[in-house]
Amino acid sequence: MRKMRTKSIRLFFAFLTVSIAPALVSAQQLESHVGKFTGHSDAGKQLYFRYCWGCHGFRGDGNGENGPYLNILPRNFVAATFKCRSTPTGTLPTDQDLFNAIERGFNNTNMPSWITLTDQNRVDLIAFIKTFSPRWKNEKAGDAISVPPEPKPTVESIKHGQELFQKLECWKCHGQEGRGDGPSAATLTDSNDQPIRPYNFAAGSRFKCGATNQDLYKIFMTGLDGTPMPSFADVIKPNDAWDLVHYLRTLQVTHKSPELTLWVSTKEGAEIVNTQKIKGTPTGSGIKQ
Amino acid sequence: MFEWVLQLAKKRITWAASALLSGLLILAIVLADSRPASALPLTSVKVRALPAFARKYGMPCSACHLGWPMLSAFGQAFKDNGYQLGNDRDAPIYQQPAYWPVTFRITPVWHRESTNRVAVDGTNGPLGNEGQITTHGFDWTGLDFHTAGTLAKNVSFYVLPSSDNTGAFHFEAVWARLDNLFGNSWFNIKMGKFELDNLLSEKRILTLTNVAGTYANYHFQPLVSPGTSGNPLATEGYTFGIGDNQVGVELMGHSKDDRTRYSASLLSGNDGQPGTPTNRGYNGYFAASRAFQVGSLGLQRVGGFAYIGEAPTYFQFTQGGVGVPGTGIGNKSFYRAGLIGQWYVKKVDLTTMFFHGWDNVFLGSNTAANAPLPAGAQAPTWNGGLFETHFTLNPQFILINRYELVRMSRQVFPTNPSNFGNEDVLTFGYRYYPFISTRAGFAFHNEFAIKRQRGAAPLTGLDLTTSSLLVGFDFAF
Repeated sequence: MRKMRTKSIRLFFAFLTVSIAPALVSAQQLESHVGKFTGHSDAGKQLYFRYCWGCHGFRGDGNGENGPYLNILPRNFVAATFKCRSTPTGTLPTDQDLFNAIERGFNNTNMPSWITLTDQNRVDLIAFIKTFSPRWKNEKAGDAISVPPEPKPTVESIKHGQELFQKLECWKCHGQEGRGDGPSAATLTDSNDQPIRPYNFAAGSRFKCGATNQDLYKIFMTGLDGTPMPSFADVIKPNDAWDLVHYLRTLQVTHKSPELTLWVSTKEGAEIVNTQKIKGTPTGSGIKQ
Repeated sequence: MFEWVLQLAKKRITWAASALLSGLLILAIVLADSRPASALPLTSVKVRALPAFARKYGMPCSACHLGWPMLSAFGQAFKDNGYQLGNDRDAPIYQQPAYWPVTFRITPVWHRESTNRVAVDGTNGPLGNEGQITTHGFDWTGLDFHTAGTLAKNVSFYVLPSSDNTGAFHFEAVWARLDNLFGNSWFNIKMGKFELDNLLSEKRILTLTNVAGTYANYHFQPLVSPGTSGNPLATEGYTFGIGDNQVGVELMGHSKDDRTRYSASLLSGNDGQPGTPTNRGYNGYFAASRAFQVGSLGLQRVGGFAYIGEAPTYFQFTQGGVGVPGTGIGNKSFYRAGLIGQWYVKKVDLTTMFFHGWDNVFLGSNTAANAPLPAGAQAPTWNGGLFETHFTLNPQFILINRYELVRMSRQVFPTNPSNFGNEDVLTFGYRYYPFISTRAGFAFHNEFAIKRQRGAAPLTGLDLTTSSLLVGFDFAF
């Protein structure tokens, strides 16, 4: 009788251990660090299930109830592949990268800017997002690439950038005028096998990963993981990259920039930009084509 | 064995007693002082929460609402930005052509209303006696048809045909807005009928009862005598309330993160009524606020507001004794002003408000400007306060508590008792949202509110107490 009781107690504890182990694992707290703020996943969980689950889903896999209706799918946090990083291709982003992404939002997608959340809210969310993928437990974030000081744009740097645009075959996807209509554009898919459009410079809208020249520099030095946009870090030198940045700015014909002003001050540049502008007349609906 | 039976019996008796007590309490609330009475109308509460936006952007209600219809900081920023998220997907051209931004909302309820001293016919002749009127039953609120959104990038609109519970419609809101003028979030211009930029929005109030469905401070008018409040044109449909939607033009601006906000409005002095029914005067409303982050507690916001206006006291022309609309003259001034704080401590938020009001002596004493003032009449002033606490356990459950008070600081007539007309309103309730979705909203709502007004009983001049209990299904699609 006593043996049976001991056995029952052992069985009970074994069962209890097996039952609560996954809960203990899933309850593991993760942190994030941005500036003076430390984020906690338990606090982030509450925020996630207030703001984010509609698109990103209960499991963080991007299959929220709104997912099927979006033509640009929400980020899959389980895969932990992130487009906007300051880290080399294939590595995890820094907490600061994720913080910036939440603050900035993604233009031309359903992801808005969450600038109204407090800094603490955003770092808490980052800590919780990390709980969805084992990558965050097994890997460290990559080291942020260094962005050298930007040289002053010149006509020569713009022209050199133009040459690089041809040499690196950027036009194959982005098109000769940067309208996102290159010969390969229609065939592109992302890592989810979803069709994806290259960025249309002529629309002049904000880049997916920021609005500054530094952001643009980082985009092609780190690549947009999960998309066909590769990293050019091993292909071009920093000064060449800045020349390319200056040229790409001139393709944004509806967006005022020092590079565009400089470019249209030349006869060649003015002709190119004016030709492109004719095709880019606003529709009156507030949307630039 | 005997002891065990005894203990069990004790437990059962305790349980039975508890159940009996609870039942009696509910019965007492429901039936106490119930007398045959005519049904009291249920206020049509014009509250706003738009699943049409949730459907457009695929976001759950909880993203924009702390508990709908009350806005979160993100929802407030979305509203301030002209119902735009600012990700270049706001223009209607990005929506499916079949998408139509319409939301309807109605609330079937059971409610109980009770007022302790109402003028009724009796032994002293018509309206010569006071009686307690209590009524209860199943009912429904009015119906709201919200349609709102963007006409194009940076051009937004809102139209709200709204009915009372008999189906009589009026337009609660009609406006269009030019957003982010000059590419700047500090300049937005709105014209039409709209809610004033009240930080504590009455249109997004979380309480629904007749007593607490509006803020007492926003609608307080000093009493002249028991049962009669100031403002001589009140009988002509002019009853001012800072919570009422007004007609005019508003300049509003905010920082990118919406931490700093301001607004200035020029309004027709008709309290939002169509057809300029009373006068040709203009009023002004100003509001400004600033939010700041306190550690991990959350976002705290402080602000102030002021409404400065004038109201007519008599009609220049009458037809058959009735004032000709728009010919109200003898304008006299009034103002309302206040300070507000919204304090967040993780899951608890507290709104505090200090309110101050002043009416010109002609308005306060119900006297036309072309008639002599009653002897001793003076301009009434009063102060008010509000403390509203929410405990948001999670996005699906919110506990609500509110206490409002209004204290007269100067009576219209010095002979009136110093506390004459003072108000206290206490409200408890909760809202439970069984599901949170990106398509529709549903809430189980339960609330009790009680209001006491000093010396306001119409005949005896005793305290007037009104209570309201409500249980309902609040839904919007």
